[in-house]
Amino acid sequence: MKTKTLFKIAGQSIQKNKMRAALTMLGIIIGVAAVIVMVAVGYGARSRIRAQINNLGTNMIVITPGAQQQAGVSQGAQAFANLKVDDVDKIRRESQYVSAVSPVVVSRQQVLGPEGNWRTMIQGVDSDYQTIRNWDTQTGAFFSEDDVRGGRTVALLGQTVANQLFPNADPTGQTVQVGRVPFTVVGELTAKGQTASGSDSDDVILIPYTTAMSRLSGREFIPQILASTSAEQDIPAAQSEITSILEESHGTTPGNDDFTVRNQTDLAQAAESSTQVMTLLMASIASISLLVGGIGIMNIMLVSVTERTREIGIRLAIGARGGDVLTQFLVESLVMGIAGGLVGLLAGVLGAKLVGHFTGWETVVSPLIMLISIGFSGAVGVFFGYYPARKAAALNPIEALRYE
Amino acid sequence: MNGMIIETEGITKTYVSGTNEVQAVRGIDLTVRQGEFVAIMGTSGSGKSTLMNLLGCLDTPTTGSYRLDGVRVDGLGKNELAAIRNQKLGFVFQGFNLLPRTSALENVELPLLYDRRPVKRDTRALAAAALERVGLGERLDHQSSELSGGQQQRVAIARALVTSPALVLADEPTGNLDTRTSMEVMKLFQELNDQGITIVLVTHEPDIAAYAKRIVEVRDGRIRRDEPVAGRRCAALDLQEAA
Repeated sequence: MKTKTLFKIAGQSIQKNKMRAALTMLGIIIGVAAVIVMVAVGYGARSRIRAQINNLGTNMIVITPGAQQQAGVSQGAQAFANLKVDDVDKIRRESQYVSAVSPVVVSRQQVLGPEGNWRTMIQGVDSDYQTIRNWDTQTGAFFSEDDVRGGRTVALLGQTVANQLFPNADPTGQTVQVGRVPFTVVGELTAKGQTASGSDSDDVILIPYTTAMSRLSGREFIPQILASTSAEQDIPAAQSEITSILEESHGTTPGNDDFTVRNQTDLAQAAESSTQVMTLLMASIASISLLVGGIGIMNIMLVSVTERTREIGIRLAIGARGGDVLTQFLVESLVMGIAGGLVGLLAGVLGAKLVGHFTGWETVVSPLIMLISIGFSGAVGVFFGYYPARKAAALNPIEALRYE
Repeated sequence: MNGMIIETEGITKTYVSGTNEVQAVRGIDLTVRQGEFVAIMGTSGSGKSTLMNLLGCLDTPTTGSYRLDGVRVDGLGKNELAAIRNQKLGFVFQGFNLLPRTSALENVELPLLYDRRPVKRDTRALAAAALERVGLGERLDHQSSELSGGQQQRVAIARALVTSPALVLADEPTGNLDTRTSMEVMKLFQELNDQGITIVLVTHEPDIAAYAKRIVEVRDGRIRRDEPVAGRRCAALDLQEAA
């Protein structure tokens, strides 16, 4: 029998029992829809976390002073004032992989504007910081290398600070007073929103690190150096390069380094793998309903075989082989599985949209998961249709014909 | 012409249920030639249904040999029997046995779809021609439930004819029909037989058997009587008289 004919016959007999077929497919529909919604929410969470991490900076490497022991007492990380501006310059000069590097000197200061004052974080950074953090200005421009080298009193305002000090005006060109030092505002940064830990990234003022060190803190050590590479795959190479450069200048050896070099990918991977576990968990719970749907198909197919015993008898009498009958019923359950999968896919995509709409979560339905769910529901159809189909194929034509 | 269609030698069928053995057919020798119209008669329990199943290759004999249209069919496997049924036999049943919610044309086309021989045929056209032959050329697309009993039986006959089988086996084809419709169906069988089609008809009604050319009476699993029909009736004339 031709494949086309088989599918036609299967389609006809599904059509003849529309209501029953629809109820049978409902199990698959719900199962597939549940899987798709769950995975969509999971993927959404993942891409959100990824976006948050990218928000911190692209291909970013963080260098901090390491923990050290003093007379057997472990000091916490960053207890040591052993990173210097020289280290930053050395990395910039000698590293092949690092494309941007910037020290970060932090202090909290009261800032005075023309219309109010605000206590905020002052970060002293290099002009490279813009590249590392992938942070543009909304108005004005980032301060230049010259500004940094000259130790000029120029400042970039984060959105929160700008809103506090200049509620209705463009701060660019205005003057703010940080501590007792007046700074010229050269630009306003774009909004970065919340960090992964919930603090406000925009509650910040950026100034050249040279200025910060000489005019505000007066200290020579650097609590943190940020670096970045132009390509993600260069990160590991850049990390080991930075390590050996700093080891050379600090005179340390691997194992007792007085600094730590970390990257954001580690963080990203940890976060991603945890959402992956969640997605997998949710999807497997949803798959159970797919399994139940499959059992529903088997149930209905068994009823159908009994009900159509006479039809099977007729087919066998006029020359159908057992194999033909088996294939017919298998195709029928395959068609029901796939049709259920398609409707479920539609419902799942809509469901994911709805969930996204009402919760504000980002949901992502990937084409791969669509393919998988259709394939899987087809497989469920065949798997659970096999037993009833074999039962049908094994019928004795004489008894089947006599069946009332 | 006059080739052998059915040749059985001492076929028996024994059913075993638990410790009970029931011999339904106890050694039947039967030959049917091309172009014959045989009525197999017998009361219920006589073994005629079992004989019919054996002749129709729906069942295999316990012992004995059976040649159908020159092919030895006892001892064939399930799939080979299915092919024999498909190509050499046409069935007409008491309960019509059409597929429900399926058009007349599709019902008649069905045996052709199960034919695995690699021949290209216009199955639709063949099915339409078979329906034409039984006088239902205008009702190709009617569902079986939309047809009267007599029309349904005609569809079943068309389905039996569509593969040009060596033998048409009819099992109580008039059992569910009133007298007039029965006569119409028998008229069709007589016409087909006149065109050279070999027919074996199983019935318990002497009135119906009288339309055949030869009567084989089965009792207790054996042939008791095998003779030409004396005073064969013509269904066409009977219909005229009835009208």
